[in-house]
Amino acid sequence: MSYDIIVLGSGPAGLAAAIAARGRDKSVLVIGNPWQDSPLAKAERVDNYPGLPGRTGLELLEELFRHAEALGTEFVTGKALSLLAWNGFSLTVGSQVYQGRALILAPGVVRAAKYPGEAEYLGRGVSYCATCDGMLYRNRPVTVVGLAPDAPQEANYLRSLGCQVVYVSPRQPQGLDETIPYVKAGKLAIKGEQTVTGLEADGALLPCAGVFILRRVVAPVDLLPTLATEEGVIKVDRRMASNIPGVFAAGDCTGGPLQVSKAVGEGHVAALSACEYLDANP
Amino acid sequence: MIHFNKETFEKTLSEGKLMMVDFWAEWCGPCQMLGPVIESLAEQYEGKAVIGKVNTDEEGELTMRFGVANIPTVIFFKDGKEIDRKVGVMPPNAYIQVLEQNQ
Repeated sequence: MSYDIIVLGSGPAGLAAAIAARGRDKSVLVIGNPWQDSPLAKAERVDNYPGLPGRTGLELLEELFRHAEALGTEFVTGKALSLLAWNGFSLTVGSQVYQGRALILAPGVVRAAKYPGEAEYLGRGVSYCATCDGMLYRNRPVTVVGLAPDAPQEANYLRSLGCQVVYVSPRQPQGLDETIPYVKAGKLAIKGEQTVTGLEADGALLPCAGVFILRRVVAPVDLLPTLATEEGVIKVDRRMASNIPGVFAAGDCTGGPLQVSKAVGEGHVAALSACEYLDANP
Repeated sequence: MIHFNKETFEKTLSEGKLMMVDFWAEWCGPCQMLGPVIESLAEQYEGKAVIGKVNTDEEGELTMRFGVANIPTVIFFKDGKEIDRKVGVMPPNAYIQVLEQNQ
């Protein structure tokens, strides 16, 4: 499936970008979590969005979403797990591959912090993809670090493959298979020798051969290792262009103020710049 | 591009040439995405490196032997030994760099 523009993120910046790009008649795919999950949805009252005071965050989000949808934006709910910049951009969500000629990053605030041992044991027991790597852990003990709403489903999937799953998360999961033991813990470290031997969870060691770390969003710098950042935010110019041709960024991921009007403005500019880029590189 | 099985893998490895081997599976989206890059590199480096794929679903023994725990994993061999590996989808330049440095 191929689009002119792929937008990563379904918050105000991503939706505003989709609206602007549809206004220029570009095909747009938004990949993100359900729009109701945006942190803005928790705001009881937003009084600083010009012209529309007193709305709830959820109301603003719904109006942005309806507007983008009515203009013909396509949506995929899920997490972009890997990205390839080669003849345009390809992204995977689950086992699906989506292609775009330009990319707008609008994932919100994403912490790129990793657990101790995570980077060290990547490829030697640490995995981010249950559908990719689950089969390689059949009949073996694995822990799932559930940090995303759909993590319980992925844990259930691993269980169905025959993995011996233990689920670890700071909060009680929803929808986890009853046969999967749940450990409540927040302070985690991956332990191993040549390969992973366990997960330390709030001081207790859970022996396992694999640790599946399932976050809500993959940090843009993990998707695009050459993406330039400055003090933890994506570096952009006034056109919201990043250092990678064809890649733009908008909203909280470019830094403060973390406000809807700023995110919407940046999303708009990023989309217009992406359209310009597409027109110049047909 | 070669689809290795155990026998063809062993034979190529024993020849000692520079090899780049993509461990993949059909159910894996990121592997599907990386596939065309591997194919393109195989063409580009024809005669300079042996580039091929191992289907982890069919070649469990090779997968185990090299401790492949994530797919895609791309392993480079030279003189019959592993010299480097890249886990997950990497920018094409990351693969090209290893191929160039070992010519």
